[in-house]
Amino acid sequence: MQDDASETIVLRAQHDITRVRRALTLLLTRASAKPTEMTKFVTAASELARNTVLHGGGGTATIELTRERKGFRISTIFEDAGPGIADVEAALRSGFTTGSGLGLGLGGAKRLCEVFELVSSAEAGTRVRISSRVGLR
Amino acid sequence: MADPDLPRREIQIYRVHDCLLIAIQDDLDDGMVIALQDSLMQRIVSSGAHGVLIDISALEIVDTFTGRMLAGIARMASLLDADCVLVGMRPAVAITLVELGMRLEGVKTALNVDRGLELIRRSLRPVPVNAG
Repeated sequence: MQDDASETIVLRAQHDITRVRRALTLLLTRASAKPTEMTKFVTAASELARNTVLHGGGGTATIELTRERKGFRISTIFEDAGPGIADVEAALRSGFTTGSGLGLGLGGAKRLCEVFELVSSAEAGTRVRISSRVGLR
Repeated sequence: MADPDLPRREIQIYRVHDCLLIAIQDDLDDGMVIALQDSLMQRIVSSGAHGVLIDISALEIVDTFTGRMLAGIARMASLLDADCVLVGMRPAVAITLVELGMRLEGVKTALNVDRGLELIRRSLRPVPVNAG
């Protein structure tokens, strides 16, 4: 396979979340990710994509697969120009919700991947980057 | 909202003995979930089925949205006097749900359709009353 791959998906509506899951599943399959690696990462991405659509007023997901010395690294950056997260620490806590959800999305997504970086402000919106190593052998 | 690029798919509901069986094949969007809830509840009432088996063996991803929807269907079915069992969960999905902190409270699970049917039958069998 081609070593590195990158793709940006516009997130506007619910069905765009499905697009992110499909694109990631395809890339991770090509990277020979193990089933648990794949399910964990795609689930985390699904939660964050939903946040972008529902709370961020839409945005983008940029998916990147890069080859490392052993295996691959999968990363996804979610960006929106929404209202931002007022209290990031509280938002990461399980059970915290501003809407009708379960409040597991953000904290849950963090637990499911190796790297989780969140920057949010009322002016610039929210940017979350997640990344994990996959397909190590 | 459904993906306009995809043909509208409907989830088939099968009858197995006195149970209904649905197999979830693919990513569900909101529209499909609502359609499924609707048609499944109608079928429970019209068939008088006592059990519902939801086969999720094809699902690689169960996020909090899908989990909440499945738990909701189980609760709705139980209001209509039907036992709901989730069957065929993949190991990776079980691991992910626990790490996500998703409990799926009140949802019964079984390894496969056979065991799911057995679970429903067992719960339907009258409990022997201890005379004396």
